[in-house]
Amino acid sequence: MTVFLIISFCFTARTFHACSLPFELKLFMMAADSAILVGLVEEFVSGQQDSKAADTATGLKKGQFTILQLVEALGLHLTSSQPQTRARGVQLLSSVLQTCHGDLTEGEVVVLLAFYENRLKDHYVITPHVLQGLKALTKCSVLPPGSAVSILKSLFQDVHVQSLMLAERSCVYNILIQLMESKESELKGLGADFVFGFVQSVDGERDPRNLLLAFQIARKIIRGGYDLGKFTEELFEVTSCYFPIDFSPPPNDPHGITQEELILALRAVLTGTPCFAEFLLPLIIEKLDSDIQSAKLDSLQTLSACASVYEHKELAEFLPGLWASLRREVFQTASEKVESAGLAALTALTACLSRSVLSSDSEDSLNVFLDLVLKDCKHHLCEPDLKLVWPSAKLLQACSSASYRASHKVTAAVMPSLIEQYNSRTQCAQRRTLLEVLQGFVQSVRSSQEDDSVLLDFSQSLCSIVFSALSESNAGLQITSMHVLTALGQQTGLLVESDVKLAVDHLTRIVLEEEDVTVSTAVVESAGTLARLHPAAFISNMVPQLKGSIFSESLAQADGAAASQEHSQQALHQRCVTALAAVSSHPSVVQETTPVLIQVLTSAHTGTGSFSLEEVIAVCLSLQRIAGQAEDTEENGQVFHDIIIPRLLGLALQAALNGECSSEHRSPFVEETVLSAMVPVISTTCSRLQSQLAGRTALRSVSLFLDGDVSFLPENAFPSQIQLLKKQASDSWKQSQMVCLLMGCVCSLPRGVEIPQVDRLLLELEELSCTCDHPLSYTSAAKCYAGLVNKWHVEALESLIDRMLKRISSELASASSSVRTQAFTLLLWVAKALLIRYHPLSTTLTDKLFSLLSDPELGSLAADGFSLLMSDSTDILNRGCHADVRIMYRQRFFTENSSKLVQGFNTAPQERKSCYLKALSHILTNLPRQVQITELPALLPLLLEALSCPDQGVQQSTLSCLQPVLLDPPSALITQLEALVGRMLSLITSPSMKVRIASLRCIHALARFPEHEIMPFRARVLRALATPLDDRKRMVRSEAVLARNEWFLLGSPGGR
Amino acid sequence: MAGGTRLENANPLIFQRSGERLHTANDEDEDVLDPIDDREIFDILHVQSINDPEHPLSLEELNVVEQMRVRVNDQQNTVGVEFTPTIPHCSMATLIGLSIKVKLLRSLPERFKIDVRITPGTHASEDAVNKQLADKERVAAALENSQLLEVVNQCLTSNARTV
Repeated sequence: MTVFLIISFCFTARTFHACSLPFELKLFMMAADSAILVGLVEEFVSGQQDSKAADTATGLKKGQFTILQLVEALGLHLTSSQPQTRARGVQLLSSVLQTCHGDLTEGEVVVLLAFYENRLKDHYVITPHVLQGLKALTKCSVLPPGSAVSILKSLFQDVHVQSLMLAERSCVYNILIQLMESKESELKGLGADFVFGFVQSVDGERDPRNLLLAFQIARKIIRGGYDLGKFTEELFEVTSCYFPIDFSPPPNDPHGITQEELILALRAVLTGTPCFAEFLLPLIIEKLDSDIQSAKLDSLQTLSACASVYEHKELAEFLPGLWASLRREVFQTASEKVESAGLAALTALTACLSRSVLSSDSEDSLNVFLDLVLKDCKHHLCEPDLKLVWPSAKLLQACSSASYRASHKVTAAVMPSLIEQYNSRTQCAQRRTLLEVLQGFVQSVRSSQEDDSVLLDFSQSLCSIVFSALSESNAGLQITSMHVLTALGQQTGLLVESDVKLAVDHLTRIVLEEEDVTVSTAVVESAGTLARLHPAAFISNMVPQLKGSIFSESLAQADGAAASQEHSQQALHQRCVTALAAVSSHPSVVQETTPVLIQVLTSAHTGTGSFSLEEVIAVCLSLQRIAGQAEDTEENGQVFHDIIIPRLLGLALQAALNGECSSEHRSPFVEETVLSAMVPVISTTCSRLQSQLAGRTALRSVSLFLDGDVSFLPENAFPSQIQLLKKQASDSWKQSQMVCLLMGCVCSLPRGVEIPQVDRLLLELEELSCTCDHPLSYTSAAKCYAGLVNKWHVEALESLIDRMLKRISSELASASSSVRTQAFTLLLWVAKALLIRYHPLSTTLTDKLFSLLSDPELGSLAADGFSLLMSDSTDILNRGCHADVRIMYRQRFFTENSSKLVQGFNTAPQERKSCYLKALSHILTNLPRQVQITELPALLPLLLEALSCPDQGVQQSTLSCLQPVLLDPPSALITQLEALVGRMLSLITSPSMKVRIASLRCIHALARFPEHEIMPFRARVLRALATPLDDRKRMVRSEAVLARNEWFLLGSPGGR
Repeated sequence: MAGGTRLENANPLIFQRSGERLHTANDEDEDVLDPIDDREIFDILHVQSINDPEHPLSLEELNVVEQMRVRVNDQQNTVGVEFTPTIPHCSMATLIGLSIKVKLLRSLPERFKIDVRITPGTHASEDAVNKQLADKERVAAALENSQLLEVVNQCLTSNARTV
């Protein structure tokens, strides 16, 4: 048989191939190459040299010989009487095919397939190689029609898959997958035989890698519309036997297969078709009885998944059983995960039932199911002790959230009794519980576009409940009722105008009267949400009342009120201002609220209304909040760009100019804190996406600061000669500090907005930052400079930086210079601006900073500068300001510079070393944890040194860097254990509580080290930890308790 | 749990956990001295939960120890804890008491005298258990028995979230 096949193969192949080359040429080449080929074959088969297979394949690829010649050369080996030799021969052919399957002609494929199919019947040592060859052949693009069927037939007939080794089984599955992809229609022609063959080959598979493949095939069978025939149950059995999957990957798992992956793959199979319903649903009910939590969870999630595929007829039979299991899981659960999965499954089931189209003769299964649920749950809502009210309510709400019909039925059944209950109860706690339940129902109902809200019938009684609860004195009740109100307001068409009006009145009253912090937070939140939906009611009712209370009572307070009264006055103002900010999102509201806030600022400036500094700052904060939350429309943009910013700039300028002449009333707008609070208002406004408006504001403010152009400011009564950026008399800081407002504007513009006169602006900023001696002025100038440099993409940048650097260097170099701090500040900010955008010049600047670490005067400042360099700054140079921030600049900086730091530390004189440690700890703290953990071992000696550094900041940041590393200790750490434990124990008596807490956390983490390494320290650590148990600070004590208990368990029976 | 043995109290009432203690500004302030108070002892027993030997639940969830039954006097160095077994004939009462006592011994400064007893009227053999728990030598002897220590340690093995 074998001999015949080989010969027939040679003939057919030859006839096909002969025409492809001129005969003589082919003869010539054959003579030259056949000797090589025979040598290769001989060395592979007899010489057992595996590398020759690759050589043969390359030869074939290059065209040195053909597949026909290879078969001829192999001839004797393929027909040998020794199975080992035959195996070796087939192995060579298969491995060549694996690389060359793309080059085969259809004729060659036919012959090779016939050969391989026949070889499946041969000795078992040959089978693995035959399968490899078949796998390669199935990948051929020229696979002739009908071949897929014949391959599969012989595969299913001649091979018992589960007695093969792992790799061969995977090979079989891969053949199936390949054929299903390329020859789908042919396989479908096989009918149920294909499914049966698959079921037979998978039955008993144990390896997770192969299971993933098998699940993939099963899913394709189900989804691809293959005929399952009478083998539906078999296919289900062969896959469902793995459910629920319990798989824990081996330690240091090389294949990376997770339990999650397997679960999802299997779930896709099981829930793939409604045909499985009659088998799957009983299985789920059974597995829900399991004691293992993961099994329950998996079952519930599978149930949710299949409910999205099934229809009511599949579910109908099992509904009582499923409901009983779900109810039990929610009523008696010990885990929130199971509970929420159970509720999700219930929602999915209800949604499935609601989806089904009813036929005239069947009963409405949704109704039947909901009746079942209501029967079991409803009465718990009315029990006097309200014991099971929560689980019942959750179950009902889960049903109600599934569909409009379900909401309708559930609310109709539940609402009247809940409302009656609420009205008959008198205890606050019970009323609150009922109100919370009501809230859940209101939030869960589904709305539909055509129909009215299902709550429409109850809206009046719900509103009256809410309004009565809002007038109660109980904080909890008030808060819950506001949540209900918000939920009602979000349902379209539920609240009529008079309800909204009444609600706004109530909310306003609470803002004005309630002093409880939790209540006022809730009312602000609720008002914010409702104002979005019903702006008119807020404009007409709330805003005027709040405005009235802000301004009216400030008069009463003028005649010598007591301190406590003043305090409550301030709190009231604070609440009003916050509420005004919260309701401002709709443009029409913004136009009403912002004038009130501006009026507060103006009267604070003129001194007519006595508003404290804190109140002014709070108003600025609220303006910033409005700028951030209001809808990003042109209307809102105009309010801010055309009214608010000019007003703010005008107020600040007036204050700066007046301050020099008048003395009796000092305007709050010269205070640094107020100015700093105004900056974010301007920068938030400018960073929004109204480029045109932002560009105009930029133009105006630049011309104000450069040329003293005050034409756009309101109440135009300014002197004509204003030079804000020029250094003038000694008292000019009031004007020069206004540069921070310029910074807020120009540094946060979207990238496309042009900044006018930018060269001149940069020059003046540089001048100001290097000469001025007022900290806010020169720092803001430096920041403004940096913010511009960061976004500027022109060639002139380099020469500009070079010039600035020369100036800074000369200032820094002369020890007597009076502006060294100023030069350093500019250097630091520009370094940051360039570092985060990966500018090549940044290295020069950061190197300069490194060299300053050993400077006796600026060393400590420079060390702290690294914190600024590595952390996100809040006002400028962040993504919110559209700055150019590249990803992972911190990692890059760290890898490029850590060696410089270590080197600098080693060469620095003893008294300067601490600056290096501080810089290092700042850099490390800001690195992502993942990078820290990989980089730390190299820096360990330095870090141990840092632990004994007297600076508390260094100690603390070093400890907080070390702690995550200790959770997964590198071996380098274990060798240093003695030093580590000693240093940490000495730090638990540090005067700083943060250091004490951090060191206790580290000692806690040490308890997770390998037991034999740390046992020698146990007694010593336990003794040392007795002291912090009696620490003066509670937070320290609780860390000490955790750590000490963990160390006690060490090496103790039942411990670890 | 999954084994064949029947639990004494298979379906206990589960109580809501009270939230974590809120940090106040004083907690952060270095100069303020925080006295040891009832809530702190309560947290030692709960936030770093002691597990019930029968259920995978903490004692707080089973309402075995309530904050109102914890009394601390920081000046006079005394701590008193009363605990309520889940059912009046609970055979685990001694073990729960012992676990509470050991936890406090390990977690409080040495200056405190620790008194652990059963809430009056909630257990069948209340006096016997109280006597055992008050006897220093019997407690010490119990902890030298490695099997007993093992069970106590298992109750005290904190769950993963503590690190």
